[in-house]
Amino acid sequence: MSKNQDDALASFERGAWIKRLSWWDYLWALTVILGSVYAYNRYSALMDNYEVGILFGTAIAIIAQGWFWKSFRTLSVAVTVLSLWAIFLYGTDIGVAEQKFLLKYLISSQSATMWMSALFVMATFTYFFATFRDNDFAGKVATHMTWIASAMGSIGLMVRWRESYLVSHEGIGHIPVSNLYEVFILFAVMTALIYLYYEQKYKTRNMGGFVLLIISASVGFLLWYHFEKGAHEIKPLVPALQSYWMKIHVPANFVGYGTFSIAAMLGIAYLMKQRALRINPQGYMAKRLPDLDMLDDVMHKSIALGFAFFTIATVLGAMWAAEAWGGYWSWDPKETWALIVWLNYAAWLHMRLTKGWRGAPLAWWAIIGLFITTFAFLGVNMFLSGLHSYGEL
Amino acid sequence: MVENTNKQKSENVWLAFIGSMNLAITMLVVLAIASVIGTVLQQNQPYADYLIKFGPFWHEVFLTLGLYDVYGAVWFLLLLGFLLLSTSICVYRNTSIILRDVSHFRLKTQEKSLRTMANSHEWFIEENADRVMNTARQFFQRAGYRLRSKDHGDHQLFAMLKGGMNRFGYVFTHVGIVVICIGGLMDGNLPLKIKEWRGAIELETRDIMANEVDDKSRLKPQDNFSFRGSITLPEGSVSNLVFLNVRDGYLVQELPFSVELKDFRIEHYPSGQPKSFESDLVIRDDQLDKPLEKTIAVNYPLIYRGYSIYQASFGDGGSELKLKLWPFFDPQLKTLNLDAKVFASRDLKIVDDVMSLEIQEFKAFNVFPAEEGSGKKFTNYGPSFVFKVRDASGVAIEYLNYMSPVKQDGRLFFISGVRKSVADPYRYLHIPMDPQGKVDRFMKFHALLSDANRIEKIARKNASNALKNAKMNNEQMQERIVGSMRQLVGLYVGGGFAAIDSDIRERVPKENQANVAEAYIKILRNVMQAAYVDLLREEGVDTSKKLSLADQQFFEDSMTNLAGISKYGSPFYVQLVSFNHRESSGLQITRSPGQNIVYLGCVMLIAGLFMMFYIMPQRIWLMAKPTDGKLQLILAGSGLRNKEDFSNHFSDLVKAFELKVIDSAKSNQATGIQGETK
Repeated sequence: MSKNQDDALASFERGAWIKRLSWWDYLWALTVILGSVYAYNRYSALMDNYEVGILFGTAIAIIAQGWFWKSFRTLSVAVTVLSLWAIFLYGTDIGVAEQKFLLKYLISSQSATMWMSALFVMATFTYFFATFRDNDFAGKVATHMTWIASAMGSIGLMVRWRESYLVSHEGIGHIPVSNLYEVFILFAVMTALIYLYYEQKYKTRNMGGFVLLIISASVGFLLWYHFEKGAHEIKPLVPALQSYWMKIHVPANFVGYGTFSIAAMLGIAYLMKQRALRINPQGYMAKRLPDLDMLDDVMHKSIALGFAFFTIATVLGAMWAAEAWGGYWSWDPKETWALIVWLNYAAWLHMRLTKGWRGAPLAWWAIIGLFITTFAFLGVNMFLSGLHSYGEL
Repeated sequence: MVENTNKQKSENVWLAFIGSMNLAITMLVVLAIASVIGTVLQQNQPYADYLIKFGPFWHEVFLTLGLYDVYGAVWFLLLLGFLLLSTSICVYRNTSIILRDVSHFRLKTQEKSLRTMANSHEWFIEENADRVMNTARQFFQRAGYRLRSKDHGDHQLFAMLKGGMNRFGYVFTHVGIVVICIGGLMDGNLPLKIKEWRGAIELETRDIMANEVDDKSRLKPQDNFSFRGSITLPEGSVSNLVFLNVRDGYLVQELPFSVELKDFRIEHYPSGQPKSFESDLVIRDDQLDKPLEKTIAVNYPLIYRGYSIYQASFGDGGSELKLKLWPFFDPQLKTLNLDAKVFASRDLKIVDDVMSLEIQEFKAFNVFPAEEGSGKKFTNYGPSFVFKVRDASGVAIEYLNYMSPVKQDGRLFFISGVRKSVADPYRYLHIPMDPQGKVDRFMKFHALLSDANRIEKIARKNASNALKNAKMNNEQMQERIVGSMRQLVGLYVGGGFAAIDSDIRERVPKENQANVAEAYIKILRNVMQAAYVDLLREEGVDTSKKLSLADQQFFEDSMTNLAGISKYGSPFYVQLVSFNHRESSGLQITRSPGQNIVYLGCVMLIAGLFMMFYIMPQRIWLMAKPTDGKLQLILAGSGLRNKEDFSNHFSDLVKAFELKVIDSAKSNQATGIQGETK
């Protein structure tokens, strides 16, 4: 009661958020700053001005994110500690991954990614079990699985970053967001984290199964890509990708892709619930599936968030193209499809904000939007040619 | 009077239509679909390719619709223009409304309205109106609300506003879009299109030297403010122009300065992929005191006087190749030494035919994944070059020759790939490497086999030896055997094993074909071995002893591959003796005056989005009315956007208000919370 009152009051006092920061928050900020300064001191020789800017910009963003969403702090600390441990175990020899137990079975990049994959798939089943059997414990287990999977995925990426510097003498080290394999891991983790935020905010686990479905699909693709095409191998960067822009353009895009995926899966849940209510309002499905209004609200919020970041990502892409290819817009298939995705969700938001549409039509539109997004993300690379074919199958 | 109103009315109707949401959204969707066309239909390819792909009818249809350059097509630009107009009108009509709304506090709102609002709460407390209102004023102002108050006599009213920036977010996003479009328009080639339409310029479509291009296809620096051109500069060369690719032709764009490529460097990964490539450029300009030297690389362009010079690609810059042509079917084996250059052609007179040798490509190395178990990941096959041999009638065959021998099945071969059309895969001739590491022995062997006289002599000697051993000294028999040998060698040289095979099919009855084939092969091998031994003796090998394994293997490989020469297609084999590698750097030079305007528009768009999504616009009213000895307070509000979010916010506001204003006015009989929340 008192916490609620505090929260209520806090909204009405300017600058109150500063007063509400706890010791943990300050410790958190200090840790991030110290880590960034250490990174700067150690690696500044390898970084140009823009990359230094990105380093400290990221530090500020991480601090802000941790203050805004407390659980993020725990995740970051876990990821940092385990990633650093793995890096320490590696030393300078990548071959060590086959010998040291922790690396081989837990925190080498490949092991961590496999753990992430397994946990996401298990979480999918557990979430659905929790929803349809109304089992609170199962729900908690599912949530924990998703958190740990996100941590493992993040560790996989961080350790892979280090591994890319160890794997060859030719200097092919790079941030692991450069090809289709790496960004699928990023996609799974981002989508899961965005979902976990909404799970906490709306205090319900009934959306979990739906969102985890698309994450599991991406995990399925990732595993196929690994075992059929050997895509997990760390490959060098082509000259066009050797740029600081990759560090900001790609992650921003994935905030967009993650949120659009969440919206689409919730659209499916919406239609299912609507149908259940129509056919059998007292039934199983009607009772267990998440609330229609809430689904509608989360769809809106996630598309809005995604749209804002997708706009940023597209603009960053244009600025990068201007530096690498000679122009900020060349109607390249990837650029054009990014525009098409953008137009699609712009129209969606217009219908909702201005024409007041709600519910089923927007749910359908969100689902169709995912197909358009998937084509822009994957289809263009697979089927169309152009300057942007970095993730060919 | 009536006429005026009608005119005004119809104008407003048009404005309303063009600025309407339905139209805008429809146009967004149409634009999206139109954009898809350009991604599935490859843009800006040579028209000949389209004609082959789609056939004459559809090619004409697509061409007329402008689908080969969709994003420059008139209808596409009109679509964009329309959207731009629609957005501008929308902004124009709404901005003044927003400005008014944001500054209008609605102090005249009636008590009845406040009561019937979806978010409304009422209290009856025992307190002094002025004291409560003062506390309330402080509360709201600390919470960031803009506040106006009015005393209506029987009641006091506070009207408050917050989150007005949300409304400006709308303005920012839409003005941002307009600004982006303006910048994009500046960088588009609309002026060029207009010039073309007027006939002031014409596209050049011939493949000619830049200085031969007509004035009608040239643009001076001041003629064109925005363009994207490309130029390939071989090392050491200078250029003061670029080529603009427009549809199926090009224009020459002159620059006010010259660009020289002093040096081009490229580094590769072990896999053969390029790791990095850079160019050392020298810019010379009348405006400069001394030439500007700068190194550019991918992602690191040079920006000079508003022109951006990018490292886009690389290629061959006319490498000089020293070639040696080995003739087939010439018993004298008269080789020809030839100097050639990549992208150039040489004419050759072969007997009575004139052929041209066109060098198309040169690669200094060819890296492929290594064989399993070789211990390495990659192998380098060494330099290679691609050329076409074109006969007098214009038919060309393409060859891919590797300079160094390549290991296959544990032995080394010089390989030469052949194909008659670009769609076919290469088929390879394998020339076994002789002990000196050259193609000479193989070539000499083939020349020997093509020499009818020598074959006759060898056949005769061989036949007589064979008959002597078999104790059959028959003149007629010998003639027949010599004849067979000559004929078989002739067939073999002319058409390989296939020729012998078809000869057998033609002349030998079916039941005997297998036997005859076996016998023929034996005879052929016999005479060829004899010829081979002769060849070795000429080389200086001691033929009295048994042949070395290597020499034996050489014979077997030769038998297999000599047969392929009849299908090789060219009367000679081109050997690459040495080369002088010259590289060229592919530069893109662009001029985009609208770029920063587009970026400004982008910043406005992004800022506007965050303002729209994350700032909550709200109106709050507080009415204080003394009633029956108590003070009636009504707190009401309306949120413009998300109703649910605002309702939650309003509940929090009610709680906070109660705590800070009502409870703190701790008059003893504060029975307080009698209100109804609707």
